[in-house]
Amino acid sequence: MSAPVDIRAGAGSSLREFLHGLPGVDQVGAEARAAMLASRSIKTTAKQWALDMAISMIDLTTLEGQDTPGKVRAICAKAKRPDPADPTAPQVAAVCVYPDLAHLAAAEVKGTGIHVASVATAFPSGRTSLEVKLADAKYAIEAGADEVDMVIDRGAFLAGDYQLVYDEIAAVREVVEDAAHLKVILETGELVTLDNVRRASWLAMLAGADFIKTSTGKVSPAATLPVTLVMLEAVRDFRATHGRQVGVKPAGGIRTAKDAIRYLVLVNETAGEDWLDPDWFRIGASSLLNDLLMQRTKLATGRYSGPDYFTLD
Amino acid sequence: MSDTVLSPGDAPPGRLAVRKTYKLYIGGAFPRSESGRSYVVTDHKGGFLANAALASRKDARDAVVAARKAFAGWSAATAYNRGQVLYRVAELLEGRRAQFTAEVRAAEGLGARQAEAVVDAAIDRWVWYAGWADKIAQVRGASNPVAGPFFNFSLPEPTGVVAVIAPEASSLLGFVSVVAPAVVTGNTVVVLASERYPLPAVSLTEVLATSDVPGGVINVLTGRTAEVAPWLASHMDVNAIDLTGAPDDLADDLAVAAADNLKRVLRPAAEDGVAEDWTQPPGLKRMLAYLETKTVWHPTGT
Amino acid sequence: MGKFEYAPAPESRSIVSLRESYGLFINGEFASSADGRAFKTISPATEEVLAEVAEAGPVDVDRAVAAARRAYERTWSVLPAKERGKYLFRIARIIQERSRELAVLESLDNGKPIRESRDVDIPLVAAHFFYHAGWADKLEYAGYGPAPRPLGVAGQVIPWNFPLLMLAWKIAPALACGNTVVLKPAETTPLTALTFAEICQQADLPPGVVNILTGAGDTGKALVTHPGIDKVAFTGSTEVGKEIARECAPTRKKVTLELGGKAANIVFEDAPVDQAVEGIVNGIFFNQGHVCCAGSRLLVQESVYDQVLASLQNRLKTLRLGDPLDKNTDVGAINSAAQLARIRELSEVGEAEGAQRWSPPCELPVKGFWFPPTVFTGVSQAHRIAREEIFGPVLSVLTFRTPAEAVEKANNTPYGLSAGVWSDKGSRILWMASRLRAGVVWANTFNKFDPSSPFGGYKESGYGREGGRHGLEAYLDV
Repeated sequence: MSAPVDIRAGAGSSLREFLHGLPGVDQVGAEARAAMLASRSIKTTAKQWALDMAISMIDLTTLEGQDTPGKVRAICAKAKRPDPADPTAPQVAAVCVYPDLAHLAAAEVKGTGIHVASVATAFPSGRTSLEVKLADAKYAIEAGADEVDMVIDRGAFLAGDYQLVYDEIAAVREVVEDAAHLKVILETGELVTLDNVRRASWLAMLAGADFIKTSTGKVSPAATLPVTLVMLEAVRDFRATHGRQVGVKPAGGIRTAKDAIRYLVLVNETAGEDWLDPDWFRIGASSLLNDLLMQRTKLATGRYSGPDYFTLD
Repeated sequence: MSDTVLSPGDAPPGRLAVRKTYKLYIGGAFPRSESGRSYVVTDHKGGFLANAALASRKDARDAVVAARKAFAGWSAATAYNRGQVLYRVAELLEGRRAQFTAEVRAAEGLGARQAEAVVDAAIDRWVWYAGWADKIAQVRGASNPVAGPFFNFSLPEPTGVVAVIAPEASSLLGFVSVVAPAVVTGNTVVVLASERYPLPAVSLTEVLATSDVPGGVINVLTGRTAEVAPWLASHMDVNAIDLTGAPDDLADDLAVAAADNLKRVLRPAAEDGVAEDWTQPPGLKRMLAYLETKTVWHPTGT
Repeated sequence: MGKFEYAPAPESRSIVSLRESYGLFINGEFASSADGRAFKTISPATEEVLAEVAEAGPVDVDRAVAAARRAYERTWSVLPAKERGKYLFRIARIIQERSRELAVLESLDNGKPIRESRDVDIPLVAAHFFYHAGWADKLEYAGYGPAPRPLGVAGQVIPWNFPLLMLAWKIAPALACGNTVVLKPAETTPLTALTFAEICQQADLPPGVVNILTGAGDTGKALVTHPGIDKVAFTGSTEVGKEIARECAPTRKKVTLELGGKAANIVFEDAPVDQAVEGIVNGIFFNQGHVCCAGSRLLVQESVYDQVLASLQNRLKTLRLGDPLDKNTDVGAINSAAQLARIRELSEVGEAEGAQRWSPPCELPVKGFWFPPTVFTGVSQAHRIAREEIFGPVLSVLTFRTPAEAVEKANNTPYGLSAGVWSDKGSRILWMASRLRAGVVWANTFNKFDPSSPFGGYKESGYGREGGRHGLEAYLDV
């Protein structure tokens, strides 16, 4: 967690020049590369490793208007012990909740090593004043979250006001300080083009993000392989030029073990194995966990399993 | 149709046939008419064949909505994919050769050999059009040698939703000959089947539903031409209309209505009373009628 | 040992039932060669013998040409065009049905990764038959007049780099236009052609319309010089192509040739870098570089040289070389000992000429024919490795300063098959495309093929086009 790189000389224009000067992304080529990597065949021991790694990378998420303390307790119990029948199944990396339930989550997972991620800054839309967003972030920290998932102002980004987006991230970074790691949600589904994804990734990293995250999960499309590919290229290149490693979190729409393993292959062959660790790669998901557990059970027992054997949290 | 007509006092027949219900085909599903109406379809001797759905203006409206919804996906599919999908329809038609031969015989009163020839021609016609999907752009498109440092090319693109009044007399071959050329290039269609002989067209929709043709690409209505056609001709979200199956005086009115949003209008070339000969090679006319041409300029320079 | 080791993911061989020996396919039947000669075909990845294959001699060539002539005169040219088309549709469908089997067999016989034969070769094979099936009864619209006629009997000789795909490129248009064929597959890769013959039987193709003669250089020569054929189609080396042109010059045979290349893959400073790197890798390492249109010369704009090279080297470290039947293999075996020797020889020349050689760390299997992906930097046009076709996974890197210089360097070769251009600027791409003397220009992509897209070379890369409306000309009397 270091100070944001300041390239604000000349106010917004040099930031714009920098972002617009990044190499373009050819959409067809990027999608073809993602599709080729998705065709990798991960079997037996490799599959076993990948399933366990994927489980350990999950931010188990509940972000619904109808969330209650009961729901949060249930999800925390699942986070600690994903498979009732198999204690060897790894824990997940974090639980992810709204800030007003963060204190409860923190109490439930205390001492387990599972992180508490809270969304903030008027998630999911981000449409309110900076004051309110900062207060939201502060509230999340005080409630005991050790990770904050903020949203960027997509309207400002699409209107070309990159400086505003940068300043907001930097301000949240300051509020959060060393209390938590900061994930910046780009909402790639609203940015639409891969060129925008690349620019937003760089912008967030320059402003001090610890993680860049694809989506809120409330907009479709959420995470996709081509978008994540571009983000992985960005973190790889950022570390090479700025010497700082930033994590990546695809979130939303990742439902099957097969999907999750594809993401791990993407990480492995794009950013490299330094990112194959829950400290540097997370998957935001809810129903994914049970599919991973089902596949894990099949590998262990040789039989296909069914939903009755896994808990609904 | 394996049932005999009984006279009073006759012994009961053997096994009773499970008769088909003939419905509309809209958006990949088989609804009855929203009006709840049907009409009697007779064979060539005037005997009862079936009650076909009697489509209303609302069914026509729903069909256009379904066709519009399906257009984006169908026109964005690769030409190769469209060709494959249409070829698959021909495979399924071939499998049902006997069924269609019986349907055409019952409807039009053709002899066995004649009916078989019609069905064969219909299948081969479908295959012919399937093979055009990935070629029409090469025959109709062009790179244009403009006098300047520009790359200039023209491409054919599907116009959108096409309404088709299917031929009255040729219940299968004529039907295929007016529908296939529209969809092979990426248009979606709403077809009003022959009023007198609608049943082979409805059986064709069963083939479409079990093939890979996406729902909404081809929608088939059965009913009164004079009642339904004007609603299609005046519909502002229909891009083109084929007036082949409309009698002359109705066709005139339909063409006038179509002018309100400048639909592309296809009128049969045949003279009054002389029906088009569907066995003849169709040429490009029916594909070109529903294609727009887009021309793009781009400078060449360092 | 990396963190995420991909475990072996072998495609099963059991879908293929190899026979011990295969005969020639003449007049709808398999038969031994007249003099009983045969040769073996091996797997280049393991050197195991896959099967024994008949070797066609002059008597067999006579027989095959006669069968093709009879079938042409009595059956194929008499059949209504739409029925011809339906045979080709049948063949396309059967290829789709047997696609996995064909892909495995191709990888076994050729050495290319199963992922490529499964995802690229075989789907394109089916597509070629599908596309051309539709032309059979539409030739009057192809732009060659109202009733273009076929040429008669075509003698076709194809190479070992895309065995079944090259067969499709030859046979599909020939048959669609109404010709009959005698085709000779390469001696190191006969098996998918022989399976294709079986597919012709399954489709009930009239006997003699397609004939497959397996053999080596002598068989090919006997075929193309046979007085009974009307048309010669050859894909292979420029050297042999010239010989064929000489032999056919005093005859009335129509000839098309698809020969070698030394394509320039040109990367400008405004290229989408990550995709350009993929394009470079695809351009020269796809199919182990055994591609006539391979982007074997990288022309990178000097202002972005360091960045592109660094990205490229980084990317090459993730290439996986090994068992062609493993689904995760990216780089397979070199097709033969002879080809491997040539690649090694030219690579040594490159070093001797002063270029710097680099390969990513790569474990080569003990048995079989293998060569690691290799990059030579500091190459200039004067070097032999910048002029001669290596036909292996060897990339020569040169630089340029301006678009005009890029064009000059790209065109400075007797070859002219293909070229690649990478830039985000549309007008520059079109300007380059209009000036590159190459039959195929790929912009922001590479090695893309489609049955509707004409393919062929300028200059010593050959003449004639395959695919599309333009490709029909080779098989019509126009």
